[in-house]
Amino acid sequence: MNNNKLLLLGDEAIAQGAIDGGLSGIYAYPGTPSTEIMEYVQGSRQAAELNIHRQWSANEKTAMEAAIGMSYAGKRAMVCFKHVGLNVAADAFINASITGVNGGLIVVSADDPSMHSSQNEQDSRFYGKFSMIPILEPSNQQEAYDMAYAGFELSERLNVPVLIRITTRMAHSRAGVQRGEVKPQNQLRLPSDPRQYVLLPAIARKNYKKLLGSQSAMEFISEQSTYNQLIHGTDKSLGIITTGIAYNYLIENYPDHKCPYPVLKICQYPIPRKQITELYNSCEKLLVLEEGYPLVEEMVKGFLNIGKTIHGRLDGTINRDGELNPNIVAKALGLQVNEGQLIPEVVRNRPPSLCPGCGHIDVYTDLNEALKEYEKGRVFSDIGCYTLGALPPYNAINSCVDMGASITMAKGAADAGLVPSIAVIGDSTFTHSGMTGLLDAVNENSPITVIISDNSTTGMTGGQPSLATGRIVEICKGIGVHPNHIKVVTPLKKNHEENVRIIKEEVAYHGVSVIIPQRECIQTFARRKKAEKKSQKPVTD
Amino acid sequence: MKNDIILAGVGGQGILSIAAAIGIAAVNSKLYIKQSEIHGMSQRGGDVQSHLRISDKPIASDLIPAGKADLIISIEPMEGLRYLPFLSATGWLVTNVNPFINIPDYPNADELLNQIKNVRKHIAIDADAIAKEAGSSRSSNIVMLGAASPFIDIPFEKIEEGIRQLFGKKGEDVVELNLKAFRMGRAFSEKNR
Repeated sequence: MNNNKLLLLGDEAIAQGAIDGGLSGIYAYPGTPSTEIMEYVQGSRQAAELNIHRQWSANEKTAMEAAIGMSYAGKRAMVCFKHVGLNVAADAFINASITGVNGGLIVVSADDPSMHSSQNEQDSRFYGKFSMIPILEPSNQQEAYDMAYAGFELSERLNVPVLIRITTRMAHSRAGVQRGEVKPQNQLRLPSDPRQYVLLPAIARKNYKKLLGSQSAMEFISEQSTYNQLIHGTDKSLGIITTGIAYNYLIENYPDHKCPYPVLKICQYPIPRKQITELYNSCEKLLVLEEGYPLVEEMVKGFLNIGKTIHGRLDGTINRDGELNPNIVAKALGLQVNEGQLIPEVVRNRPPSLCPGCGHIDVYTDLNEALKEYEKGRVFSDIGCYTLGALPPYNAINSCVDMGASITMAKGAADAGLVPSIAVIGDSTFTHSGMTGLLDAVNENSPITVIISDNSTTGMTGGQPSLATGRIVEICKGIGVHPNHIKVVTPLKKNHEENVRIIKEEVAYHGVSVIIPQRECIQTFARRKKAEKKSQKPVTD
Repeated sequence: MKNDIILAGVGGQGILSIAAAIGIAAVNSKLYIKQSEIHGMSQRGGDVQSHLRISDKPIASDLIPAGKADLIISIEPMEGLRYLPFLSATGWLVTNVNPFINIPDYPNADELLNQIKNVRKHIAIDADAIAKEAGSSRSSNIVMLGAASPFIDIPFEKIEEGIRQLFGKKGEDVVELNLKAFRMGRAFSEKNR
């Protein structure tokens, strides 16, 4: 292996590829497994010297829109989030394929099949297909680098955003990566057509026809792409299609990585019709291996399924859900898997839990005590560390659906007559998409109590800054919550009785009340203390 | 040459420093490497693992297939057992005996030790005590790396070089302390294998 290779996570390879490929700005909201892309750019001296924009955004939609704006101004932009973040950004994302781009625009969506750290395992490739843009899906860290590196030019050439889709194992696995020459950033340059981005119906119709017209060019580029390879095999009783990292799991099962069957390795979409036709015609049946939903499998099989046999997730050859691994693929190929010893019965589950000393623990202890007089089932919560309050010993919350849903679900339940209804949301999630829901509640003076458990960070993803630290009270006032019903408390054991009293009072109030338990995340506190010790400054809590 | 290694522990215990030292040694030895990590929710005190693959030939999968791991390094006695389906018939389990108890139903220590002894090739080491003896209880991860090092096909000196690179920024004292912890861990395995 070449010594001047960098050992990079897939996420980091994408970041370095974008920096070297002429990136001017990256926009993102943290979410596993995508977080390390932005963090790498933020930590990169090269990015600092090049003055690349690298600040977190309030949510994925604002990130997507800022990236579209940078592209409008002629520069190359990248936006990154986890798969469910693409839902938040979807309005902007879909329309960006209608506006087209000016500077190259790359959207990175990191899927989490098997839901290691997510509430679903949706497949972002459907979004790419939906908005009719090219998708790049790397099978290794080098491809991840190369795709980001060259992705801007592909975007500029086709006049659409390009989606890079990765999954957890690609995002969070490290391997050697060879860099290319650093490309210069684009100059500031407005779109040649001043109305390109004005999606009034008359203009949008024209743009849309252009997008439709460029589909054959996208398909042609896919057929020519070196990322899509038809690898010949001698045994034509089966042909195999792999997408992204599924290729690795396939060849892992054969000595010297030589698969006896013909294999079509797909890493660029739209899927290459020419190669698929060739494989289909030359083999007796097909097996489709893809990480995620059966997107390619459905397309090749067709609704009527009247052609050759196609095996995959749809016929149960492979489980319909969950990520792939070498053993699942081996079983699909009829190969023997020699598992080691069974897990001894003595081994217990060890689910994630709130850190000892975490402020959320005190919030739940106080809340459970305050709600004792009511029937259970009225606490709506949200996405973050505090979602772990659903588990024992707290058993404190009854929902976790999507970012910001705690406040609006509490409002809807209160509208239905569930009074009192309580929302528990973190500070970063509140500014991500809780604020607008609070406005809905204020406008109807809904009888809900919103607890904004403020640890002044984005905790679950590793402690990124929270965008309104120190300003939560002012925001709530600005939205229109009555100042008498905004209460700031400190979630500590010694304040338990007082906090319980305040929660009881506000829950009894028939209108919108907000309680803000404020105490810094103990992880970021420890890191800050360590950093300050290093610079010899005194620490104040 | 091919080593498939599973590192096991609990979120926050720092298994990645072990992986990093081996990773640097592998890169310096001009070997191929793939290392899969766990980030996100499990890091909050849940079970975590890292798949580390080193080879002189290109590596395909980022994940180690079941029954193919040559080595499990566990910095906690229960967590290593969780990955036994991955261990090959000739593979080694190298585990710390000090439990990390953050669940109410954590099993009895003797039961765990019995299960560890049922693994044909195993090293059960009190890495915390050895780390203390070496000069800092914080170096128990590096004691574990030392204890695992006889079963990794990278020259001893290359791994020492990896430790030097990993801790170099923290000063010569920290480097020496970790090298001592590493050698003591290795000596334990050489004696008890």
